[in-house]
Amino acid sequence: MKFRSLLLAGAVAMSAGAAFADCAYENTTPLTSLSAGFEAWKAVTDAMAECGNFTASLDQEFREKQPEAFAANPSLYQIGGVANATLIPLLNAGSIRPLDDLIATYGQNLTPNQMIQIDGTTYAIAMAVNAQHLMYRTDILADLNLEVPTTYAEVLAAAQVIRDAGVVEYPLGGTFKTGWNLGEEFVNMYLGEGGEFFADGNMPAINNPQGIAALETLLAMTEFMDPEYLVSDSTYVQQQFQQGKIAMANLWATRAAAMNDEAESEVVGLVGMASAPMGSAAPASSLWWDGIVLAANMTDEEAEAAFQVALEGIDNEMVAANNDTAVWLVSGYQPGELAAGAAGTAQNGAVPYPASGPMGIMHTELGNGLADYLNGNKDAATALADIEAAYITAAQEAGLIQ
Amino acid sequence: MNFRTFAAFVGPSIVMMLLFIAFPLISVFTQSFYITQPIYEVVEVETCTPGFLTQTCVTEENSVPILDEHGEIVTKTEFVGLQSYRNVLELDRVWTAFREGSWTAFQTIDFWKALRFTLTFTLITLPLNLGVGLGIALMINNAAKSIRGPVIFISLLPFIITPVIGALSINWLFRGDGILTAIMEWYSGRDIALFAQAWTIEILMMLYRVWHVAPFAGIVLYAGLQTVNQDSLESALIDGASRWQRMRYVIIPHLMPLITFISMIHLMDSYRVFEEIVGFSSQGHVISLQWLTYDFLVPDQAGNRSISRASASAMLTMVGIVILLIAPLRRTWRDHKGSN
Repeated sequence: MKFRSLLLAGAVAMSAGAAFADCAYENTTPLTSLSAGFEAWKAVTDAMAECGNFTASLDQEFREKQPEAFAANPSLYQIGGVANATLIPLLNAGSIRPLDDLIATYGQNLTPNQMIQIDGTTYAIAMAVNAQHLMYRTDILADLNLEVPTTYAEVLAAAQVIRDAGVVEYPLGGTFKTGWNLGEEFVNMYLGEGGEFFADGNMPAINNPQGIAALETLLAMTEFMDPEYLVSDSTYVQQQFQQGKIAMANLWATRAAAMNDEAESEVVGLVGMASAPMGSAAPASSLWWDGIVLAANMTDEEAEAAFQVALEGIDNEMVAANNDTAVWLVSGYQPGELAAGAAGTAQNGAVPYPASGPMGIMHTELGNGLADYLNGNKDAATALADIEAAYITAAQEAGLIQ
Repeated sequence: MNFRTFAAFVGPSIVMMLLFIAFPLISVFTQSFYITQPIYEVVEVETCTPGFLTQTCVTEENSVPILDEHGEIVTKTEFVGLQSYRNVLELDRVWTAFREGSWTAFQTIDFWKALRFTLTFTLITLPLNLGVGLGIALMINNAAKSIRGPVIFISLLPFIITPVIGALSINWLFRGDGILTAIMEWYSGRDIALFAQAWTIEILMMLYRVWHVAPFAGIVLYAGLQTVNQDSLESALIDGASRWQRMRYVIIPHLMPLITFISMIHLMDSYRVFEEIVGFSSQGHVISLQWLTYDFLVPDQAGNRSISRASASAMLTMVGIVILLIAPLRRTWRDHKGSN
């Protein structure tokens, strides 16, 4: 017994030593990071941990902690993980540092596409992009002689055919859970119609023909979805796919790998990836990035160490080991079949998610206000007018509208 | 007991109550009349973000908060009177809905939608809680002495389970093709979707709440049953009172103070219904007042939150509880005076 545990401890120590050797930079400064908790962040922070003296907090509620934690002096975390929208509060509070000098010294392997720049100053390094795009059951579409749909009209027509054939319980899935998910569905559709969210002075501008068209498409989709769509989030849609209950859905690129996870999925190798269906102007999707920021409130020595550790986390060795976990922006990434959807969506001209302070409020109000329309309690114009009114109340309270 | 001893015993508790109940309450009350907001300036900025292969850059006007010399966001606090209450209550929309005679329009206004559900929930679960609680108490009381311990333990189990966990497990049992929905579908031979409309979710929530709290009522009433005067029961029996009559005229009057106590606790608790909304993720169909307050408080991704409206909504919730408690409190007060 004693001998075995000794052997085990030795093995652990050796593997730790081996892992340590994977990092080109030996870190001696204690460092911590706070980011979201999905698979890609786990891969990246594990790679950072190989440099030693590093602890990661992976927290799905990180957005509530991050602004306060980074505003502290010294900051509670040196490295932060953010996306389009969660960068805004840090940027507004001035609690993240410009990275240009560090990039000049250490960032030879970064590509220009990875820099998130505000007025020419780089504040974040992107590691991956994410977007909702079409996933579909290749076998069902082939059996019914259907082409891969490229517009929402075609999606709805295909859904009708699939329902008539009765091959799956519900032809469509969708991340329609009330709140952030439902708000994001509208944002995607509205961007696909070429809509603008705001007029001058942060005033809302969504009650227009594009907004109504977006709502009508969403409502038409619910016809073909599980009637419990208002509680269905990304994980739920992913499981519907894995259990063979749905045939098509516009789902996040980060969920693509799960379709071929043999432990969970009954449809391994049967789910194809394609660009998000087109609205009248662009693909009905928005491009998101995930990236790394450094806190402003730490010493320059700490920042140098943190930057080098962060770069180790997003180097090509990490990507080689986790190629299909995300659509990486890091050099050395081999876009496989799973990345075809995100790539197609970007090539067809999907725009980045228009993150800003007002957009944060708008997204919340959309997420809360759209259920009334989908439930049939309001018509499209009333729903949009009420969302605009709710937005104005909240934006006035936040000081964004005078 | 002399005053010093009394003060030494009560003091810590009063300090705690002031610190953790009174002061926060006053702070929330004041905040509901003020608005604190950052001062923004509009600047034109060029933002570049990554695409799949190349960067996308956009130049647009952004509202950016002004920072002071220490790098803190400059804020201003303004007295706005009842503005936040008006924003929560949305009386103009209520008036429009009222003039149109449209209940549906009225029920799309968040506060009133939440109030409608909160009141229904509270008032329907109250009698159910008392009824089931009394049933549990009688069951324990009539159980043989040898198995009474295990019976008490088992009937208390639902009360021990953490509310959010309990709500989530019920959610998973019924959601989509959960086990219980599947059984119901197999039995009825049709497709059942319990989370697709408001009323089924509301029934599930109420059943869950009664399941969760009735054991507490049961254990309190069981304690009360131990002190029922056996002589009165015996004389009632001799007078030929039926089982129901003994219950109605001897046992229930004896338990009345406890029933009032349980009702008060239940009114306070269920008016603050929250775990069910989260556990059943019912926001699309049904919301409660407590959830509304919480929703105002949660920051969006850009970090905005509505503290003032949250404070106003919290104060309104408290006012609601006080109104509901007036009836049982008056009863207790009358009984108290009567017994002196």
